[in-house]
Amino acid sequence: MLKIEHAYWLIALFLAGAAWLNLRERRWPHAVFWAVLAALLAGGDYVLAATKAHHELPAQLAGVGVIALAALSPRMQRGHLAERDQAEREAEALRLRHRLFGPALLIPLVTLLVALFGGRLVIGGLPVFAKAQMTLTGLALACVVALIAALVVTRAKPSAGLTEGRRLLDTLGWAALLPLTLAALGGVFAATGVGAAVADLVRLLIPVQSALACVVAYGLGMVLFTAIMGNAFAAFPVLTAGVGLPLLIHLHGANPAILGAIGMVTGYCGTLFTPMAANFNIVPVALLELPGQNDVIRAQWKTGALLLVVNLLLMYFLVFRF
Amino acid sequence: MNAMHHYLPLLGVLVVVAGFALRFNPVPVVVLAGVVSGLCAGKSIGEILALLGNSFVSERALLLFVLTLPAIGVLERAGLREHARNWIASLRSLTFPRLLIAYLGLRQILSMLGLTNVAGQAQTVRPLLAPMAEAAAEKRGSPLDANERNDVRAFSAATDNIGLFFGEDVFIALGAVLLIQGFYSQHGITLEPLHIALWALPTAIAAFVIHAIRTVLFARRIHSATVRPEVSKDERSSSQAAMRQHAED
Repeated sequence: MLKIEHAYWLIALFLAGAAWLNLRERRWPHAVFWAVLAALLAGGDYVLAATKAHHELPAQLAGVGVIALAALSPRMQRGHLAERDQAEREAEALRLRHRLFGPALLIPLVTLLVALFGGRLVIGGLPVFAKAQMTLTGLALACVVALIAALVVTRAKPSAGLTEGRRLLDTLGWAALLPLTLAALGGVFAATGVGAAVADLVRLLIPVQSALACVVAYGLGMVLFTAIMGNAFAAFPVLTAGVGLPLLIHLHGANPAILGAIGMVTGYCGTLFTPMAANFNIVPVALLELPGQNDVIRAQWKTGALLLVVNLLLMYFLVFRF
Repeated sequence: MNAMHHYLPLLGVLVVVAGFALRFNPVPVVVLAGVVSGLCAGKSIGEILALLGNSFVSERALLLFVLTLPAIGVLERAGLREHARNWIASLRSLTFPRLLIAYLGLRQILSMLGLTNVAGQAQTVRPLLAPMAEAAAEKRGSPLDANERNDVRAFSAATDNIGLFFGEDVFIALGAVLLIQGFYSQHGITLEPLHIALWALPTAIAAFVIHAIRTVLFARRIHSATVRPEVSKDERSSSQAAMRQHAED
C-alpha cells in the first residue's frame, strides 16, 4: 500500500542525493543543510511515534536539527550552478517540441487520477493507496512517473534526474525550508498562548457595541493575524474564538456560516500581503529568479486590497441579514 | 503582573515583524521567534526544543513540492521553457490577458474541485506559465527588458496564488470549509459544509473579476511601454534573440 510516508522517504532520498553532490563539490553549508533536512524527513515518523509514547528525546533532537538548519540558512548563498548551454536547449526544444509538455502535464494528470479514482484501486484484496492524504501521495507518485517519462522522452541519463533536480533545489536554497519553519512557528505560537493574547488585545481596543466596528476588527484582525502567521488557517480559530463568536455571533446575532466563510477568505487577502506565507510569496521569487524578495507580493497586493474592501462590505451587509 | 505574563509571548510576534522589516534571513528569524515566545511562556529549553521538533516534522507535507524538481529539471535541460515560449509566440490570437485570465479561471475551478496540488509555483508556473506569459507579452512587437520580464514573471506567480486561494475556499471536502465547520462544532454550532462553501462564492467571483481587470490593465501598460515603430521586422527579431541571450546570462 502506498502511503504519504513513502513520499517523505523519497524526499529524504532526493535531499540526501543533493547533499552528496554538494559534498563532492565541497559546498559544505549546502551539503550539511540538505543532509540534516533529509534526516528530519526520514526520521519524522519515529519522532512523532516517540512523542506519543511520552519519549521526548527524539523530538528534542529534531529541535536541535531545526536550529542547525536555521544557523546554516544565511550561508546558503545562491551560487551560480552550471546549466546546459542556451543554444543546445533551443536546438533540442525545436527537435522535441510538444513531446516536452507530455511529462510536465503528467504531474497534474496522474495527481488528478489518483485523487479521483485512487480510492477504488484494489490489487489482491488490498487497497493500493492509503486513505490519509491520498492526493498528496498521488502527487508524489505523479512526480516519479513524470521523471521516468521525462528521461524516456529526452533520452537523458537517469543521473540527470538528480543533477538537474539538485540544480533547482540549490536555486531555491533556504526558501525551500521557510514554509515548513513558519508552520512550525504556528504550532509554537498556538502552544504558548500568542493567539489568545492577540484576541484579548483586539477586544480591548474596539467599541464592542458597534456592529460595524466589530466587523472591521474581525476582518482586519484576520488579515493582520494571517499576515503575521502566514496562514489564514492559524488565524481563523484564534480570531473567531476571540472576536467572532463572543462579539459578532452572540452579541450582534451574526450568521455563523456566512461569518466563517467570509472571515476565512478575508484572511486569505492577508496571505497575499505577507512574506510569512513563504510557499506562495517567497518560494516563487526563488523559483522564478526574481531580484527582489517581495516582488510577488508587489504584483498581487492591489488585488488583495480591493478584495479586502469587497469582503468587509459583503460581511457587513450579509451576516446580519440571513 | 498576571496580565503582563499573558501578553509576554507576543514578543515572539515582535521578533518576526522586526526580522522581516530589517531584512534578516527569514529562517533564523522564525526559529528565534519560536524560542522567544516559548521562553516568555515559561517553558524550559528542553520543552521548547521538543515543541520545535514536533511542530516541524508534523508539517513535512509542505516539502512535497521538491519532488517535482527532478522531472522539471530534466525537461528544462531539454528546452521545456524555450519550447513553451516558442509555442505561445506562434499562437497569434493568444494574447497576454487571454492567457493569464484563462489560467486564473482554470486554477479557480480546479481548486473548487479540490484539485489544489494539480498546479502550483513549482509544477506549472516556473516551467510553463511564466515562459508562456513572457512570450505572450512580447507579442507587442519588441522584447521585454529585464525589469519588465521580472514584472511579468511576478504577475504570473501572483495569478496562480489568487486562483488557488479564491477557489479552494469553495471546496467542501477539504481544508478551509472543514476547518470552519470543525471549529463551530467544537463551540456547539452545527453547520452543513455546503452552506459554508456557498457563502465563499461571492468572494471567489469578485476575485476573478478584480484580478482579470488588473491583468488587462497590466497588459496595457506592458504593451504600450516600448514600441519602437522605426525598427524593421528583421532587425527586431534579431535584437529580440540577442536580448534573450543576454537575459539568460
